[in-house]
Amino acid sequence: MSAKSIRIGNGAGFWGDNLDAPRLLAQRGELDYLTLEYLAELTLSILAHQRTKDPASGYVTDLVDVVRSIGPQLAGSPPLKLVTNGGGMNPVGCAKAIARVLVESGLGQLRLAAVTGDDLLPQLDDLLAGGESFSHFDTGKPLGNLRRKIVSANAYLGAAGIVNALADNAQIVLTGRIADAALVVGPAIHEFGWRWDDWHRLGAAIVAGHLIECGAQVTGGMYSDWNPRIDLSTVGYPIAELRDDGASVISKPPGTGGEVSVGTVSEQLVYEIADPCQYFTPDAVANFANVQLTQQGENEVLVTGGTGAAAPTSLKVSMAYHDGFTTSAMIVVVGPHAEGKARSAAEAIRARVETAGYELDEFAFECLGAGDSLPGMDLWRQSSQEIVLRVAARDRRREAIDRLARELAPLVTSGPPGITGYTGARARSRPVLAYWPTTIPRELVQTNVDVRTAQEWLV
Amino acid sequence: MSKSIRLGEIAHARSGDKGSHANVGVIAYNLAGYQHLRSVLTSEAVETFFARLNPIQVERFELPGIYALNFLLHDALAGGASQTLRTDSQGKTLALAILEMPIPPPENLAPLRRGC
Repeated sequence: MSAKSIRIGNGAGFWGDNLDAPRLLAQRGELDYLTLEYLAELTLSILAHQRTKDPASGYVTDLVDVVRSIGPQLAGSPPLKLVTNGGGMNPVGCAKAIARVLVESGLGQLRLAAVTGDDLLPQLDDLLAGGESFSHFDTGKPLGNLRRKIVSANAYLGAAGIVNALADNAQIVLTGRIADAALVVGPAIHEFGWRWDDWHRLGAAIVAGHLIECGAQVTGGMYSDWNPRIDLSTVGYPIAELRDDGASVISKPPGTGGEVSVGTVSEQLVYEIADPCQYFTPDAVANFANVQLTQQGENEVLVTGGTGAAAPTSLKVSMAYHDGFTTSAMIVVVGPHAEGKARSAAEAIRARVETAGYELDEFAFECLGAGDSLPGMDLWRQSSQEIVLRVAARDRRREAIDRLARELAPLVTSGPPGITGYTGARARSRPVLAYWPTTIPRELVQTNVDVRTAQEWLV
Repeated sequence: MSKSIRLGEIAHARSGDKGSHANVGVIAYNLAGYQHLRSVLTSEAVETFFARLNPIQVERFELPGIYALNFLLHDALAGGASQTLRTDSQGKTLALAILEMPIPPPENLAPLRRGC
């Protein structure tokens, strides 16, 4: 392989992102690859929960509609390739669902890959028996008794599964948990034929992957230098044109809103990072510290200077465990003394729940509109005659949370004056799925790749 | 002693979560601004500013290529996205908050502003 550059567009930054973005990118982006990143830290635990109810589910259902919407590009010349972690907890089930759409669209010969091996739950007890402690990444605490509350445990795979799938002529690659940047690193290794120990180029590709993985956050979304002239209503999703030397150009499709500037790209470079010299992924440890950004055209930023070091010997694992129940609910409080009335209403809720026999493990309230969104900081504190009171609680007992949820509506008639806006359904209690980040030696994780035509997936 | 300035006069920022930690990246508009930030925006100053969020530690990292400092606020999100009761469960507002932080002024402010 000796492509000079490849164009990779990312049309989703999380599950719930703009539904039309993948199609618009595929139509207007002149892409070689479309990537879709769906899995936030706890998305998999929600998908795991779905799969316990229905073994055929557990993947990102949006994908089925997305594939239908990009049919013309998948059938185009050259054909678009799709690489996504939307397989979630069930890449095989996802492949079957998508295969059905492809066959219906006359694309039965298109090859789809399911990449698995990230789901450690089936082997978790064996791994613990074998001496793995799965200590908490930050605190060092062993997993211990939390084991029985674990609902999902997934290792972050690297790019190898994607590379193998592409080498086997897959046009759609569906993975579960995988390092976000691997969605870009995989196609790059496949197209450029980079060695697996070419750390600097892998590091540079990781930089490009990090920059586009959150979708419109690099094209003007969330930009702290916001101004109303940046049209976000038609914001374009990002494209990384990656070169064989690892440098990339970040852009967006012509005719779209938003902005790609040194400002927007630099904000995304620092998004959700710890030590910029050590951005860990399974394929290499990237170094962002000396990345340089140059505006080389309108909505085009050249990214150079990304480097890397040897891949780590362990892989990150994200687990989720049941940790009681929670809810939150809001009501509107208006008029003179709105903040004082809101505070006394919140205290009334707590007192009434307590009278009902539940001392809540955790209870909190915020007077939104009075400056409470960052508790205690008083940065945006102001006197307001119109406040949204938000109450939230967490408890081991579902019935305690249910009781709290019941206590909002009565405030309309039995609380201070000026309470309104409580017309929706009662807030529901939901289980807390808490996050347990840990690691596993990489040799204990095996990546499996299954490539078949759409027709074969349906047999 | 001259009057302090708002950090947002010479920098922009983005924040988010890393588990129960928050990170806040602060990007100066130019090299002169970066040099000023390196001297006045210490991890101690940032820890004091965000004291009410109870970070147990604040680490500072440098990205000289884009004139940025990155701060990691350990355990500043009251349990993180999955457990916190806060509206801002993922620390998205910390970026706008830090831009309100008063910092000691440079000798000459004009060349540190946006567009210089």
